[in-house]
Amino acid sequence: MSKKKKLGKIKGFSIQFLPYSEIKDLDSNERIKKILGLILGQNILILQGKLRAEEETRLIGDTMAMIGHINNFKGIELAVISGNGYGGFFSKMKQGLANALSGGDLGAITIIGPATVVKEIKRNPKKIELMLNR
Amino acid sequence: MVIKVFKNFFKKVFSNMFQKKEHIKLGFYGPPNAGKTSLANRICKDFAGEEIGTVSKIPHETRNVQFKEKVEISYKGKQMTFKMIDTPGIATKIDYEDFLKFKVKKKEAKTRAKEATQGVVESIKWLDDMDMVVIVLDATENPYNQVNITIIGNLVARNIPVLIVANKIDLRKADIKKIEAAFPEYDVVGISAKYGKNLEEFYESIFKLTKKI
Repeated sequence: MSKKKKLGKIKGFSIQFLPYSEIKDLDSNERIKKILGLILGQNILILQGKLRAEEETRLIGDTMAMIGHINNFKGIELAVISGNGYGGFFSKMKQGLANALSGGDLGAITIIGPATVVKEIKRNPKKIELMLNR
Repeated sequence: MVIKVFKNFFKKVFSNMFQKKEHIKLGFYGPPNAGKTSLANRICKDFAGEEIGTVSKIPHETRNVQFKEKVEISYKGKQMTFKMIDTPGIATKIDYEDFLKFKVKKKEAKTRAKEATQGVVESIKWLDDMDMVVIVLDATENPYNQVNITIIGNLVARNIPVLIVANKIDLRKADIKKIEAAFPEYDVVGISAKYGKNLEEFYESIFKLTKKI
């Protein structure tokens, strides 16, 4: 008879949803600051839409600058899931236009969590798995 | 953003009109331990006679941007001079405890972690200065890693030509098709930097990529 696997105790964490409307009018500095503020509060953040490419690198850069300066902060786990996939030229143009009108790719979802809580975000085109630290 | 795009456009047009590039700045980017330095070393050793940096199994071995000036690559009678720029691996998290698994002492692990975080920041800063970039990915790992997508997104935003290299094809777990499926808009070349496998195709792709600068 096989032994029953014991489930480890998962430390407390919360999931926070951030609608795009809350960061829409913020500049890049303020967006990153807001996101990192929520992450430092041990929240797993689900952001509607996605950051611009240069904002993502800025987020990584600022995260690196904080490691070693903030107690028990080891970085972040980050994943963007986009429903748009790779389309042809016209579908991309249509999407680009829709994004320009709405102010961001609202078909996407960005998941960001502190590395102390989220061990890994495994993803492939069809599914996403959040592996948590116990 | 719009100003930056115009600035880059005019910079490119005028630099092409009035001056011939003396050497092309070729950057090696990617996640830690994908084999960026191994590939850069192989090229530098073949065409300049010496390596660019040290290689290790421990992640974040390269913690500073490393250069090799005037590397003249010859391929099928063509010659081009490159400035090779090997960058530290980009990561979203760095934990000194991960280095302890490689029998690194605690104090050294903490120093290594601190230097690694600075290395990531340095890599990001250098993105603006590249003429073209080789993204080195470990073909045995899942390519759907946000770091890879973020780097490529930044290069696209800056109009910098990109070649994706699927390294470590000598390993049984390597899956180039998975990388090709993840990045269908880019050329993907499978190589083994360690054993020098398929470098001919790599050089051909590099020369092809220079036309997009």
